[in-house]
Amino acid sequence: MSTPTSALRTGRDPYHIGHAPAAGTPEYTGHGAGGPAPKRIVVGYGFWIFILSDVILFSCFFATYTVLIHARNGGPGPQQLFDLHITMAQTACLLLSSFACGLTSLAVARRNLLWTEIFLAITGLLGLAFLGLEGHEFFGLVSRGAGPTHSAFLTAFFALVGCHGAHVTAGLLWLGTMMAQFPAKGFKESIRHRYLCFSLFWHALDIIWIGIFTVVYLIGILTP
Amino acid sequence: MSLNREEFEAGSHVGEDQVVGGPPPEQATLGSELRGYLIGLALAVLLTAASFWSISEHVIYGPGIVMALIVFGLAQVGVHLVFFLHLTTSPDNTNNALALAFGVLIVSLIFLGSVWVMYHLNQNMMPARAALMQMGGS
Repeated sequence: MSTPTSALRTGRDPYHIGHAPAAGTPEYTGHGAGGPAPKRIVVGYGFWIFILSDVILFSCFFATYTVLIHARNGGPGPQQLFDLHITMAQTACLLLSSFACGLTSLAVARRNLLWTEIFLAITGLLGLAFLGLEGHEFFGLVSRGAGPTHSAFLTAFFALVGCHGAHVTAGLLWLGTMMAQFPAKGFKESIRHRYLCFSLFWHALDIIWIGIFTVVYLIGILTP
Repeated sequence: MSLNREEFEAGSHVGEDQVVGGPPPEQATLGSELRGYLIGLALAVLLTAASFWSISEHVIYGPGIVMALIVFGLAQVGVHLVFFLHLTTSPDNTNNALALAFGVLIVSLIFLGSVWVMYHLNQNMMPARAALMQMGGS
């Protein structure tokens, strides 16, 4: 086997995707890399499909929120309800948490238990801070009478942001499991696959949050 | 047209699929990988700051703010995909990118379709709504 990079430079790939076959090269379409893809690829691809389906689920909530933003039943709207300082702090927490998750991936790739645990802990604490801020905001809204039962707009708001919060909560449980499993079971293949899926999940939650702070909070506040 | 074994193997081993969120394809060093994450973080912070700044300072022409926010948001999604999830357009990433493209298609259909349909429904139902309001409904 020769080095992949040198062959990449010649412009060939097993399925001829994106490249015409080099002159004098026979077509061997369908005779790809020989056998099924490694498990890591299958696991990662399957979880990527799940992430995309989750994004589609969220798109329904986003559409509901955007459609119902004026249906306030005589109650308050985004301008009266949202405190952008909280949103900003939440955004910072989740972005730094996603970054710490990336650093965890570097530590996992090098099988360094200490740094893996340290960065996982940072990821988790920032995620907890995010949830705390969200809980603070939700309790504040409900105590001012702007609970999810007040109007269709508030129902859509709590459904969308709450669904994201539920995902973060599930992610934190998963993170705690990973923190226990790395020391207990070591960096064996199945655990690293599990961590790969977790990091995908966590980065995806931050991507969803970009949509939430843009559509729900910032564009919401611009909507009279 | 014969191909010696070495050449065939070279063709076969090129482009083993990449996994989303996995390490970059080449044997990257700690420094280069770390730099990738730091660039991603810096760009994400810049775009987030731009989003919040554009709404709080009124530096952008009023009606254009929403469009600016959408652009900043989409750009940041792109930054996350490239620097945090290592999704590229290389042949090894074709499966992942195609799945993403399909996801984007469905998301646009659901979101834009809902907003479009409901906007026109509201337009057409306006007289009835006004009538309802007169009758004391909401």
